[in-house]
Amino acid sequence: MTLTFLLQVAVGGLLMGLIYALVAAGLSLIFGLMDVVNFAHGELLMLAMYATFVVWLATGLDPLLLLIPVALALFALGVAIYHLLMARALSVQFNRGMVQIFVTFGLAIFLRGAAQFTFGSDFKSVSTSLLANRTIDMGGIFVPLPQLAAGLVSLLAFAGLFAIGRTEFGRALEATREDREAVALIGIDRDRIFALGWGLGAAAVGIAGVMLATFYYVSPNVGATFALIAYVTVALGGFGSLFGALVAGLLIGEVEALTALLIEPSLKQVGMFVIYLAVLMFRPRGLFGTL
Amino acid sequence: MLRLDGVSASYRGLLALQGVSLEVARGEVVAVVGANGAGKTTLLKSIAGQVATEGSIEFEGRSLRRLPAHRITRLGVSMVPEGRRLFPRLSVEDNLRLGAYAKRGVNRFKPFELVFSLFPRLQERLPQRAETLSGGEQQMLAIGRALMTQPRFLMLDEPSQGIMPRLVDDILAAVTRIRALGVTVLLVEQRLVEALAIADRAYVLQTGRIVLSGPAADIAADDTVRRAYLGM
Repeated sequence: MTLTFLLQVAVGGLLMGLIYALVAAGLSLIFGLMDVVNFAHGELLMLAMYATFVVWLATGLDPLLLLIPVALALFALGVAIYHLLMARALSVQFNRGMVQIFVTFGLAIFLRGAAQFTFGSDFKSVSTSLLANRTIDMGGIFVPLPQLAAGLVSLLAFAGLFAIGRTEFGRALEATREDREAVALIGIDRDRIFALGWGLGAAAVGIAGVMLATFYYVSPNVGATFALIAYVTVALGGFGSLFGALVAGLLIGEVEALTALLIEPSLKQVGMFVIYLAVLMFRPRGLFGTL
Repeated sequence: MLRLDGVSASYRGLLALQGVSLEVARGEVVAVVGANGAGKTTLLKSIAGQVATEGSIEFEGRSLRRLPAHRITRLGVSMVPEGRRLFPRLSVEDNLRLGAYAKRGVNRFKPFELVFSLFPRLQERLPQRAETLSGGEQQMLAIGRALMTQPRFLMLDEPSQGIMPRLVDDILAAVTRIRALGVTVLLVEQRLVEALAIADRAYVLQTGRIVLSGPAADIAADDTVRRAYLGM
């Protein structure tokens, strides 16, 4: 095994890790804000991928052009999920945690079923795009363009999320997360903040979905694979920490790639789960968690 | 300015307020005194829209009942809650700026001047996290944050609680200055003497009912009141 080959694998892990990080960022944002684990998070990813696929199939538009429209659509969907489902789940008197789990879990099953009903269960893929099947040679390391673009877009999305965090709205998000009752005392409508938080979380996973669709097959169950990785990423990075999601996503991307290389490709997720168990045992709040 | 008529409220399954009626006129400082568990905090929470109530609560002729809490704040009714409820991991500056979050226009950050003139120490601590402040400073920050909402009616829940005696005077002096700026104040306090010294009128609350009301000086002078209702 040469160094170049090792680097090749490491770069692949890094780029995949950036996508994992962005998927996890949306999950972490919603969890941090409301203490709700969104079990339908993977299905939002799946919807974004199908949206990209369907529009590409119908119009031939390049997926890159769909980045912003799909992100906006997912934002709207996130806001709608909060108002139509989560706000009600929050208002129940008993067993609120359980109700929230079942609401998002039920939503996941519904979305998965709806996708299967509409598109069938076979794998689809966006086979032609500006980036498809192209690689660039970086000193002997061949980097596929779709993955490279996905990594860069993910970094941009993180930059956007960090920038939002520094705005007054970002401070209001943080304040709501720290004390959801007390924000009313300064005239903040927490329902609005929660809804926008869901919108942002869904938009983040929407961006990941569009980019993922340029090089990964789409199927009704694709969300489950990525959601599982996202839960591990969020736990590793620390619940509610955006920076933690970024670092943990990269780490998991690398661990997965190197496990596949050094041990056995079919065991690539084992390394990730070993890390997960280690985090649970030795640092349950994650690397950068504050909760 | 504020009128409560027959207000009842339950808190954690107990009837904490039973048919409370009270009135606060513009520009007054009104104290509500009473022993622990008398319903003082529930009274303020009822006005702020944080507990469900029966009866009528009117602010400048408008019913506050059934309004969500953030709307009540936007109408100019601000509460400095028990336990202060700051945003501990945000900076002092962010805590204050967020007080003006719902405000629009060029004057939204104007109360900064007032807050710094009342509590100069806050200005020195702007970049610090709120959780690193002392109890007295946190209380100042909580009052400062409430003032940033530009209230016309300010409610303070036990502002002297958990604070060094030396700072209690500072905080009560600030209340007098806030009143001088035209803000009406409803003050809940366990420290009877200090509260009555700065109030115009007072209500004595006992097990959820108002048992006595009148000019603060009269209540302060009334030995029976002190013995019977306040255990002094």
